[in-house]
Amino acid sequence: MRDSLVKSDLVKIKVENLNFYYTGVKVLKNITIEIKKNLVTGIIGPSGCGKSTFLRTLNRMNDVVLGAKAEGKILIDGKNIYALDVDVVAIRRKVGMVFQKSNPFPKSIFDNVAYGLRINGIKDKNYITQKIEKSLQDAALWKEVKDRLNKSAFDLSGGQQQRLCIARALAVEPQVLLMDEPASALDPTATAKIEELIQRLKEKYTIVIVTHNMQQAARISDHTAFFMQGVIIEHGLTKKIFTKPVNKITEDYITGRFG
Amino acid sequence: MNIKYIKANLGFGLLRLCALIVGVIIFAILYDIASKGVGKITWEFLFSMPKNGMTEGGIFPAIIGTIFVTAITALLAIPLGMGCAIYLNEYANDNIITRLIRMSIRNLSGVPSIVYGLFGVVLFVQAMRLGTSVISSGFTLGLMTLPWTVTASEEALKNVPNSYRQGALALGATKWQAIRTNVLPYAVGGMLTGTILGLARAAGETAPILFTGVAFYLPFLPKSLSSQFMALPYHLYIMSTQHHSINQVRPIAYGTALVLVVLVFVMNLFAVILRYRLRKFKRD
Ligand SMILES: Nc1ncnc2c1ncn2[C@@H]1O[C@H](COP(=O)(O)OP(=O)(O)O)[C@@H](O)[C@H]1O
Ligand SMILES: [Mg+2]
Repeated sequence: MRDSLVKSDLVKIKVENLNFYYTGVKVLKNITIEIKKNLVTGIIGPSGCGKSTFLRTLNRMNDVVLGAKAEGKILIDGKNIYALDVDVVAIRRKVGMVFQKSNPFPKSIFDNVAYGLRINGIKDKNYITQKIEKSLQDAALWKEVKDRLNKSAFDLSGGQQQRLCIARALAVEPQVLLMDEPASALDPTATAKIEELIQRLKEKYTIVIVTHNMQQAARISDHTAFFMQGVIIEHGLTKKIFTKPVNKITEDYITGRFG
Repeated sequence: MNIKYIKANLGFGLLRLCALIVGVIIFAILYDIASKGVGKITWEFLFSMPKNGMTEGGIFPAIIGTIFVTAITALLAIPLGMGCAIYLNEYANDNIITRLIRMSIRNLSGVPSIVYGLFGVVLFVQAMRLGTSVISSGFTLGLMTLPWTVTASEEALKNVPNSYRQGALALGATKWQAIRTNVLPYAVGGMLTGTILGLARAAGETAPILFTGVAFYLPFLPKSLSSQFMALPYHLYIMSTQHHSINQVRPIAYGTALVLVVLVFVMNLFAVILRYRLRKFKRD
């Protein structure tokens, strides 16, 4: 299966024999996968198969879950993020995350995007102002909000809120962006905007996106990994997975025979 | 008219009667105090010392004493209670010990105030050698207020959506940063609301200060934390049951009661306003 991946691409994240447990229950089994730099990797699979859990192992957000335990290695730029001497906070800065349900903070639009900068000790007002404009532009939101930066983030529409959360994540200059079904609560127009945005963001970021929408995975991801019951059944170029899957289960899933 | 309909109406009527009775009782009490006390309220009464064996003069030291002791109560109950709530809600694992702590705190709010008074004597007056003083009384009332503060603060923290914590962590905040900058600001109003209600109750208590610091008659203001002090609820108690010429000082008792009621009412009003303003701020 490995030769189905584009060999010349640089590897950003390398997951080796990852097992993951919630209070003794194994939900990820022996996951091994390479995630390429500046490409979009889509994670698909039936609900409860461990997609979100896998995503959250990549920035160690699972650490806050009581009784959670990870075994194996996740190398980002060759460094194991589960090594003992690792600074978890630094990892989360490097690996940003956008949640399934948009979660703007009850602050102004400006303060939402500034949040990550401020907690990371940045005080320079000019820098913050510039960074906010840049991040909002990158998240394709600037034009819509530039005249009301001091208004509450809750006044934005659902799609705008999600793009605000993307801008907030971009402001701290991550290298990887994790997205957990970022458009699942949005209408088709807002979804299209997010998908378009993802296509542009991959020039600068490595993106891993969970989606339960087959068409969406086919549209936006370069590579696709199909998860089932905590196991990667198949992964490789999206085109190949969707046209000539090797595994019968993959074929059944993408043709909608179960799910 | 069928029997079901009559029953429903009867039930409704009974409930309304209950509400009415409660309303009438409260109104009667307030009316009694207000009508008999209001004539006594003058600048002189509020801002002068008691005179001639407390048969004349004002209640200034009692007002100041109550404010002073309530401030100390707040100083103990607020940081300790909020700290405890933050620990329980944000850090502690949900295990037997945590549940035991939580249960004890809930039960503490049911302990009679006289028991707190005795405990205050043993701990603050004697063991910690603070003597009978405004600080001993304040600390005793502070202990009594703690369950209120902890419970209200925990509720307020629970009301902050988890996505605020997760969102902050995902941006590279440490746990404490996430709590300090993205949880506490949205909880502090609720924390204070419950605390103020607890403080208002404490301000009206007699038993906990009885053996720990309150004085019968001190025609001067408390000078330091180790001074004894006068307090409105105790003054009221003295004036209505212990004074040598009770009938003569009855108006003073009513005036004192009115001042105490107004003080507590203002504190409660403050809490209600705070709660109302917070509501506008919250979403889903
Ligand atoms: N915090 C948690 N504690 C215990 N079990 C969990 C927790 N989160 C998820 N699980 C379980 O782990 C499995 C994988 O969940 P998840 O990663 O959310 O799946 P997906 O995102 O693919 O729907 C499911 O069986 C789910 O019930
Ligand atoms: Mg999920």
